[in-house]
Amino acid sequence: MAKLHIETRINGEPAEFLCTGQQSLLDALRDALGLTGTKEGCTTGDCGACSVMLDGRLVPSCLVLAAEVQGRTVDTIEGVASGDQLDPVQQKFLEHAALQCGVCTPGLIVAARALLEKNPDPTETEARFFLAGNLCRCTGYDKIIRAVLDAAAEMRGDAA
Amino acid sequence: MLSTRYEVPQTVEQAVALLAADADARVLAGGTDLLVQLRTGAPAPTAFVDIKRIPAMMSVEIGAEGMRCGAAVPAAEIYENEALCSLWPGLAEATDLIGSTQIQGRATWCGNLCNASPAADAVPALIAVGAQVVIAGPNGERTLAVEDFCTGPGQTVLDQGELVTGFRIPAPAPRSADAYLRFIPRSEMDIAVVGAGVSVVLDANGAVSAARVALGAVAPTALVVEDAANALIGSNLDDVALDNAAAAASAAANPIDDKRGTVEYRRRVAGVLTKRAAKIAYQRAQERG
Repeated sequence: MAKLHIETRINGEPAEFLCTGQQSLLDALRDALGLTGTKEGCTTGDCGACSVMLDGRLVPSCLVLAAEVQGRTVDTIEGVASGDQLDPVQQKFLEHAALQCGVCTPGLIVAARALLEKNPDPTETEARFFLAGNLCRCTGYDKIIRAVLDAAAEMRGDAA
Repeated sequence: MLSTRYEVPQTVEQAVALLAADADARVLAGGTDLLVQLRTGAPAPTAFVDIKRIPAMMSVEIGAEGMRCGAAVPAAEIYENEALCSLWPGLAEATDLIGSTQIQGRATWCGNLCNASPAADAVPALIAVGAQVVIAGPNGERTLAVEDFCTGPGQTVLDQGELVTGFRIPAPAPRSADAYLRFIPRSEMDIAVVGAGVSVVLDANGAVSAARVALGAVAPTALVVEDAANALIGSNLDDVALDNAAAAASAAANPIDDKRGTVEYRRRVAGVLTKRAAKIAYQRAQERG
């Protein structure tokens, strides 16, 4: 069967790829487009490693069909930094050592940015609930949450 | 391996035609159950019929009569809708309990219902507010009460060629409100041990004049517990009425033993949650005065 030709926008740029009807957006990003920053964890929507923004909404890219993004807008971890300038969330993950193996990190950064876009001043509880779908097996989460709250403070312009 | 087609109908009629012509095609709304089933070994369908490009499937309309919610509206869009949250807080809180933030960006009420899990969170909450499910098929449209839709775990009344197009929810009566509570042994990201949706209407003196009680995860399908509702009606939610409602809910529960809870435990929790959800709904109704 002929492959589907999909035209979309990824990280602000027009992009196109070929996919089958069954292929996930995660597979298309990694294999067809070489955007390997988005990680594959469980492939069943439980771990959050493959989090991306689809039309401005946080979704698990393993549970989105690649064909669904025709004419839509996808934002991945590769679009978070501006050139060499890290996003505040990325910077705070480094400063707080909020990662060890790093497999959950891109998904967490994408999800944390989605949180701060909606709620610039989350409580610790709000941050933990929002990010409950991003599993980390290394850090114990405390450093991640501290990094997110610190990034939020910096983005609000509060003195640390 | 046969490749699965990806179909993007623009109208309900096109979706019905695609499904009627192919018994092995599947409706794709949020995909958070369907695609997981495929990943875990279920046979691939011949086609995904993605209903999200049909405008009516993606819209929420709230007016004097109540709400019409399209089948494919994602959970996040539902609980971000301020008018919806203020009119049906229980429905919003049930929707906010489904999966993670990521899952809520995709998951839908229609998927929660059509997956026909006994533990679906949206279903008892929809039943409690008297929601109707709208179904389109080769013979036109039909509407039925949400409690009549699932016939067993994974089983629904849908015939070949039929699909859910949306929900109709009546406007809340004056001095009424709903609430939903779910018990899980952790704080987030789990499947209901028991879920309880309750709505109450109060009369001018603050007594309950009408009520609905629905339970999830304690029977093959979500239960409507009329005896529990009747125990609340006529009362000011005194302890006797609450205890009677709890006893009726426990008696109606017909759960299984599994890793999440034993039969005895689920029966007891069904009563406790019914009581607590009734108190929350009652307080909300009083505040709306």
